Amino acid sequence: MPSVKIPKKSTDVDMTPFVDVAFLILTFFIMATKFKPPEAAEITTPNSVSTELLPDNDAILVSVDSAGRVFFEMLVQASPQLKYDVISNMNTTRNLGLTQEEMTKFKNKVPAVGMPIAQLKSYLSMNEEEMKRVKMPGIPVNDSLGGELYFWIRDAISVMAGKKTNYLIKGDNNTKYPIFDQVLNAFKKNDIYKFNLVTTPEGVPANTDRDRLNKAILSQRK
Amino acid sequence: MASIDTGGGDSGHKKGPGVKKAKKMSTRIDMTPMVDLGFLLITFFIFTTTMSSPSTMDLFMPKDTEKDEDQNKAKQSGALTILLAKDNTAYYYEGELAPDASNFKSVKFSELRQIIINKKKDVISRYVNDPKCVETKLTESKARGREKTRAEAEDECKQADMVVVIKPNKESTYKNTVDILDEMTINNIKRFALVNISPVEDELIAKTEGASGGQ
Repeated sequence: MPSVKIPKKSTDVDMTPFVDVAFLILTFFIMATKFKPPEAAEITTPNSVSTELLPDNDAILVSVDSAGRVFFEMLVQASPQLKYDVISNMNTTRNLGLTQEEMTKFKNKVPAVGMPIAQLKSYLSMNEEEMKRVKMPGIPVNDSLGGELYFWIRDAISVMAGKKTNYLIKGDNNTKYPIFDQVLNAFKKNDIYKFNLVTTPEGVPANTDRDRLNKAILSQRK
Repeated sequence: MASIDTGGGDSGHKKGPGVKKAKKMSTRIDMTPMVDLGFLLITFFIFTTTMSSPSTMDLFMPKDTEKDEDQNKAKQSGALTILLAKDNTAYYYEGELAPDASNFKSVKFSELRQIIINKKKDVISRYVNDPKCVETKLTESKARGREKTRAEAEDECKQADMVVVIKPNKESTYKNTVDILDEMTINNIKRFALVNISPVEDELIAKTEGASGGQ
């Protein structure tokens, strides 16, 4: 019997296409990623069917975490000097005794403030490492005027005058309603009645009026 | 393995006797570590990426007025008041609260949508056809720059009498507040208000909670 010789095949696999695909995916993810800026508190926002996008410039953002701590933030990447103006304004009206250096630190290193005004000086005099470790107690909001938040909003509005400013409120799922009400109050005392609530988008439930209207609008456009 | 082919350029060329033949090195490179690194990075980016960007929901609050005559009056028949309480429970009543609180009902939060839908149907069923209203809405929206569709305008006219009053109590969560505002969008309710709860209603909730807790 003639023996059949099985040709020995190489077990090497050409990895090139595999590498190509891997790097393609890698490139996609690198391009698509936008790193989150550091946040003062972990906040899970509620869902809503709204599709409006979050404006990320020229906005005042008030966040409330699940423990009810209130943070104030100005989203002014285009002109960070505004943050400096607010703190220097606050410094003069409240006699905080902040140095130039401390106010610059506020501009560059503090994304969101959650400190009572009285404790601002001691907070800003810390070095960066200590600042990160300190747990901010939140801005007090509990009086008829809306607490110290009222002054932050008032000063922010005055330096942002002439710009189209958005007022964002970001609350956690478990935030209690009274805190939210007090935040609204602080805005209302500043004559602001139009807000944007930050939410996570979700789909419109089927067979509701909005769903039917959306479909009607779509079919009309076709 | 991936390789770069460089051989064969000078085949057939005879070298002299004194010339040493250089040892031919393989140009194949082992790609495995590169693949490893690639996938490591992919994994990292997959985990750190958040695909959905946050959206925002508009909220318009009325100016606080002291004077009674400035306040909007709502028609009894079209009013629905929803009270939000703790642990995803809610209470509601239609029209005005009866003195003996007989129309004050308890409901689970998830069942509220059906109640809103029913109320809207009820209001629409009492609507008297008024083609003028639709035309005015259409021309008005055109003048404002954002043209409405006929279906939208009709829906708006039919529910003109409807108003939902939302009153979260002090133990309700922000999530429920946003969710109920969202229900207004979902069910296309045009008139709604976020109002502070009154002491009477607060007491009724406390009483109901106490009664159900005792069972």
